[in-house]
Amino acid sequence: MTRKRLATVWLDGCSGCHMSFLDMDERLIELADKVDLVYSPLVDAKDFPPDVDITLVEGAVSSEEDLHKIQLVRSRTRLLISLGDCAVTANVPAMRNPFPVQAVYDRAYCENATLMPGTPHDAIPRLLPYARPVHEVVHVDVFVPGCPPSADVIYYMLIELLEGRMPQLSAKTRFGA
Amino acid sequence: MAEPSKIVIDPVTRIEGHSKITLHLDENGRVADAHFHVTQFRGFEKFCEGRPFSEMPSLMARICGICPVSHLIASAKACDALLAVKIPPTAEKLRRIIGIAQVVQSHALSLFHLSSPDLLMGMDADPAESHLFGVYARNPDLARDGIALRKFGQLIIERLGGKRIHPAWVVPGGVSEPLRVEDRDAILKTVPEALAIALRSLVWLKSTTERFCEEIEVFGNFSSLFMGMVKGDGGLTFYDGDLHFVDENGQTVAGNLDPARYFEYLGEKVEPWSYLKSAYYLPKGYPDGIYRVGPLARLNVCTHCGTPLADKALAEFRALQKRAVLSSFYYHQARLVEILYCVERIEQLLNDPEILSEHVRAVANINCLEGVGVAEAPRGTLFHHYKVNDQGLIKWVNLIIATGQNNLAMNRSILQVAQYYVRGNKLTRGMLNRVEAVIRAYDPCLSCSTHALGQMALSVQLIAPDGAVIDEVGRPR
Repeated sequence: MTRKRLATVWLDGCSGCHMSFLDMDERLIELADKVDLVYSPLVDAKDFPPDVDITLVEGAVSSEEDLHKIQLVRSRTRLLISLGDCAVTANVPAMRNPFPVQAVYDRAYCENATLMPGTPHDAIPRLLPYARPVHEVVHVDVFVPGCPPSADVIYYMLIELLEGRMPQLSAKTRFGA
Repeated sequence: MAEPSKIVIDPVTRIEGHSKITLHLDENGRVADAHFHVTQFRGFEKFCEGRPFSEMPSLMARICGICPVSHLIASAKACDALLAVKIPPTAEKLRRIIGIAQVVQSHALSLFHLSSPDLLMGMDADPAESHLFGVYARNPDLARDGIALRKFGQLIIERLGGKRIHPAWVVPGGVSEPLRVEDRDAILKTVPEALAIALRSLVWLKSTTERFCEEIEVFGNFSSLFMGMVKGDGGLTFYDGDLHFVDENGQTVAGNLDPARYFEYLGEKVEPWSYLKSAYYLPKGYPDGIYRVGPLARLNVCTHCGTPLADKALAEFRALQKRAVLSSFYYHQARLVEILYCVERIEQLLNDPEILSEHVRAVANINCLEGVGVAEAPRGTLFHHYKVNDQGLIKWVNLIIATGQNNLAMNRSILQVAQYYVRGNKLTRGMLNRVEAVIRAYDPCLSCSTHALGQMALSVQLIAPDGAVIDEVGRPR
C-alpha cells in the first residue's frame, strides 16, 4: 500500500475530536506507518498542502476564517470527513444562532469586561451570522457523528478508508455518542 | 523591499487553539512590540441563557475537549452553590480523583505530544520532523511513555465517568454513580507504571533542560505575581481552597482570598486585536497587575505538595532559581512535578475506605439564585459564575479561564523572546519556532479561553513602522 496523505483540521469545536484521535494511543504509531500526517494542529505545517488523500474536519463553520479555510481544504482533498457532531450538525456552536452576533460579542467583551470594553476587531476574523455544519458549505464524503466519536470508531473509519472501503458507521456511533 | 515593520507567524502550531503572532518592528528593524492574537470566539456566556442549570456541567464541558473535566467540576461546584448543598464526602473525593486524572493526561499532552519535539530535537529542528512521530523515530521510548502517561489519565476518566472525553458523571450535588470495586482495583494496578514513567521523564527533562540555558534566560523570565489555590495549610490542591498571590520573591501579596469573590480582585481588559481578554490583579491595576497561573504559579504559591515523591521533586524545582521560579521555560518541569503529585494522590484517595460509599449525590432544588464554582484546571484557576431565575433557568454567565489569566504574561514573553532572537526583516525557522515555543510553555488552551476559539495553530506577521506586512509565516489562505 502506498503511503496516504492525511490531514486534520480544527474549525469551531472544542478539540475533543482531536483528543479522541489521540486516544488511539499506541495505534497512532501503527497509523504512522501507513500515512503521513501532512497538516494538523499536531504538526508544524503552516499551509494546507495540495494532494491530500483524507482530511478529518472537526467543528462547525463559524467565522470568515473557517469559511475560507474549509473551501481551500476541500479543493485540495480527495475525501473530506466530517468528524464529530459539530462538523456534522453544527451542534454546540450553533447554539449561538438564535442570538444576533453582536449580542454574543457584547456579553463577553462589553458586559463581562472591566477595562476597555468593546468588540475586538483588529487582525482577527469576524463571526459569520450563523454557525453551520460543514456540508452546508462544501461537499462532504463521510459523516462520523459523536461527541466525540470514540477512538475505536476513528481507527475503524481510517483503516476502512485506507483499504479502499467505505466505512459502515451507523451501528457504531451516533449523535451524542 | 521596504523597511520592515511587522512579522506575522500564522498559524502558531502545536498549541491548543487558533492564534497568530504579530511582531512590530521599529525603524532599525528591532522588535518594538508583540501581539498574541487569539482568533476564535464561540459565545458560551451568551447562548447558555435560558438553559436549565442542570444542563450546565455537560454543556460547559464542550468548551474544551482537553480539559472538559475541569469545566465539569467548576460548573458542578457553581450548581452546588445554586442548590445550597454540601456534597457527600465520597462524591468530593471522586471529583478530586477525576480532576487530577485529567491533570495527568493534559500535562502529558502538553509536554510529550506538543513540546517534546522542541526539547528533544532542539528549536532549530526541521519542521517536517517536529511532531510526536518524529520523536518516536528518534526516541521511541520517550514517545511511548508520553502516550502511556496520557492514556493512564484518560482510562481513569473513562472508568469513573463512562467515557474518555465529555463524560457526564460529575453532576450538581455530587457524581451520578458510585465507584465500583473492580474499577478501583483496576486503576490501582496502573499506578506503579505511571509513577515510574513520571520519574524517568523527570530525569530526562532535567538533563535536556541543561541544553537550553539561553532560552531559559529569555523565555518569559521576568517578575510578575503568581496566583493559585491552596489548602488551609498552604498545600497544593486542585479542587478546593483559598486563592493566594505571591510576588517574584515568593512573598505573599494577598492570601486567604475567597474564590467566590474573584470580581473584587481580578479585572479583565479587552484587547482590540484578540478574542482573548487579559486578566490582571485589580489592586495593582493594568498592566502592573500582571500575574501568572498554572503549574509554575501553583508551585511558586504552595508551601508543599503533600506526597513524598512530589515533595522531593518540588524541593529540586525550588532550587532552580533564587526566590520564586520566574522563567516560564520551567512550566515544563512544573508539569512533571504536578503529574507525580497527581498519581500519588490518586493512589491515596483510592485507598481511602470511604471511596466505595454509595452516598455520592445530594439532591435539592434551587435555593440560591447565584453561584460561583472555582477549581484548578491543568492550566490554572478556572471560574464559573451563574445567575438563575426561580425555576433554575440560566440568566447570566461569566467565565474566567486560565489562559486569559496568562495572556499578559504570554504577550510579554513573546516580546522578550522576539527581542532577543528576531533581527531584521527575514524570518528563520529557529527564531520563529522559539517565539512559538514560549507560547507552548504556557500550554494555552485557546478553546477554553475564549469560550470560543478553534484552530490549533499560530501565525506570525512581521510589520513595518508604516503598517505594511513584510513577512509572514502563515495560515492557509
